[in-house]
Amino acid sequence: MWKRIYALFVARNTEFIRDRSSLGWNLVLPVLMIFVFSYAFTNENPEKFKVGVIGDTQASEASTMFTATRFIKFVEFENTVDSLGKVERHQVDLLFDANSYRYWINQTSPNGYIVEKLLIAAFANAPQRLIKNLVEGDEVRYLDWVMPGIIAMNIMWSALFGIGYVIVRYRKFGVLKRLRATPVSAMEFLTAHIMSRLWLVVAENTLIYVGMDYFVNFRMLGSYLDLLIVFMLGCICLICCGLVIAARISSEEVANGLLNLLSWPMMFLSGIWFSLEGAHPWMQKFALVLPLTHVTAAAREIMIDGAGLMQVADHLVILGITSMVLLVIGAWIFRWE
Amino acid sequence: MSIILQVSNLVKKFGALTAVNDVSFDIQQGSCFGLLGPNGAGKTTTIELMEGIKTPDDGTILYQGEPLDRRFRNEAGIMFQNTALQEFVTVRETLVQFSRFYAHSADVDKLVERYALGEFLNRDTRKLSGGQKQRLLLAIALINRPKILFLDEPTTGLDPQSRRNLWEQVREVKAEGATVLLTTHYMEEAYELCDEIAIMDHGRIIAHDAPDTLLAQHFNDVVVQLDENDLPAELGAAEFMATYRQGSAHILSNDVNKTVEHLLSFDIPLNRLRIRARDLEDLFLELTGKELRP
Repeated sequence: MWKRIYALFVARNTEFIRDRSSLGWNLVLPVLMIFVFSYAFTNENPEKFKVGVIGDTQASEASTMFTATRFIKFVEFENTVDSLGKVERHQVDLLFDANSYRYWINQTSPNGYIVEKLLIAAFANAPQRLIKNLVEGDEVRYLDWVMPGIIAMNIMWSALFGIGYVIVRYRKFGVLKRLRATPVSAMEFLTAHIMSRLWLVVAENTLIYVGMDYFVNFRMLGSYLDLLIVFMLGCICLICCGLVIAARISSEEVANGLLNLLSWPMMFLSGIWFSLEGAHPWMQKFALVLPLTHVTAAAREIMIDGAGLMQVADHLVILGITSMVLLVIGAWIFRWE
Repeated sequence: MSIILQVSNLVKKFGALTAVNDVSFDIQQGSCFGLLGPNGAGKTTTIELMEGIKTPDDGTILYQGEPLDRRFRNEAGIMFQNTALQEFVTVRETLVQFSRFYAHSADVDKLVERYALGEFLNRDTRKLSGGQKQRLLLAIALINRPKILFLDEPTTGLDPQSRRNLWEQVREVKAEGATVLLTTHYMEEAYELCDEIAIMDHGRIIAHDAPDTLLAQHFNDVVVQLDENDLPAELGAAEFMATYRQGSAHILSNDVNKTVEHLLSFDIPLNRLRIRARDLEDLFLELTGKELRP
């Protein structure tokens, strides 16, 4: 069995590596994006000002006035536990508790300084006394924040199309039919392709990460092994998505449409480019269904917050269960023709 | 000889179309069996059912008395009518890949030598000519030293020289003891290679036996053939019951001397006269009223 899997694995790797245009695109696109973001958003967040709020902002006139300020994005938080870290990392310029009138700012944040002035102005004639709290922490550049998402997105394209599109093409042109005439079983074929894609995606993205880190020096507080595990599990999950789509279709056009239908919402609703905090609740709930949300969130927690595997276990469990379910469905409905 | 493949009451439908309709036959071990028929007759569907590529709606196929299983896959060599191979992979890499699929494989270098693949061994499979690709596909079909070899129209699209080379290779495989099952449009090919033939039309087998036996069963006459310009159609039809096709007038005759005397009585020029025995093409025409070639 392993001899057959190895034969398919080697052939698929060879095919991918020699397909220069496809390989080039896979390597160039993420590098290009990282460069664009590193220059376009150097030292700044896409939203000019971002304030976290806790509690009822309508409880006092001054709070209402402050939260009505235009050109500031107000994001609601449940408590300070989830939100203080964001002030430390400059992801939120100021955190305001409307119940206790306490606020937190990072002393080194220029945006925090300006937003604080606006808050103080709003409360100038109010009977409530504001209580200032200072936090410390280095700024997380937008580039650091977006980087895990770009890698995750690259994995998504590579996994979905590398499996989904390729299997459909094999079916359409009769490659699968030829393999079916050999002792190769469907499970052996799928295993070889999953392994090949996993290996290629890991190699390709490691190369991109290492190469780009040399120029941009990403923030990486967690363990590289943990990050690898997250990306590998995410890759398996996305490969299984591609597998389900490719299980029966023999039209490249239909496969292309379905793969795009799956990948574009993930592109924009998985929190790759912007945080979903403050987004409509249904969008936040929908995002949780998308595997890429969990890959991006887990990778971000490891890279930016230095989280360990246990701290991202919820994401890993979801990715693991989704992978298992999709793999079983994909293998079950798979047809050679 | 024992039976290697037994096909019983095979049925395959595609929607309202019954592509294979109650087909039964046995294939003797070590023989070459030909499945003939025009496009759409059901021969490719039949061969793909026998290869285990398609599943029949009804009927059974037994390989050495057993249903088609992994042993069959290990012992069968298959060459499809149209086969795509993985792209960006060379001829040698393709052969090595397929050799790893089987428990017992032929030596790749020997296959390369035998099927003259050496000159394009390191070429991408997408860049092969028609003849080169057919040689590679035949080598792949034989990589597991099959006991039964399926060839679906193996010489379609090949030039005469490549076709004859492939016939020679099939004869060699058969001489080594393998059973060969082939479908073809070419009567000459079937006559040259097959010990037994089955003629299919509309999904059914309409004749089945050794080629010479079938010809003897159906014909006791010969064809006197003239250029259509030498025998005017009106005269030919009225006096000789001649039929016209492919630029020739065909007269069926049980007594050639009498036919020639009859022709001379009308001063028909005989410079381009040809007398030939009835062939499989005539047999197919007789049985179905259709030309065999597409």
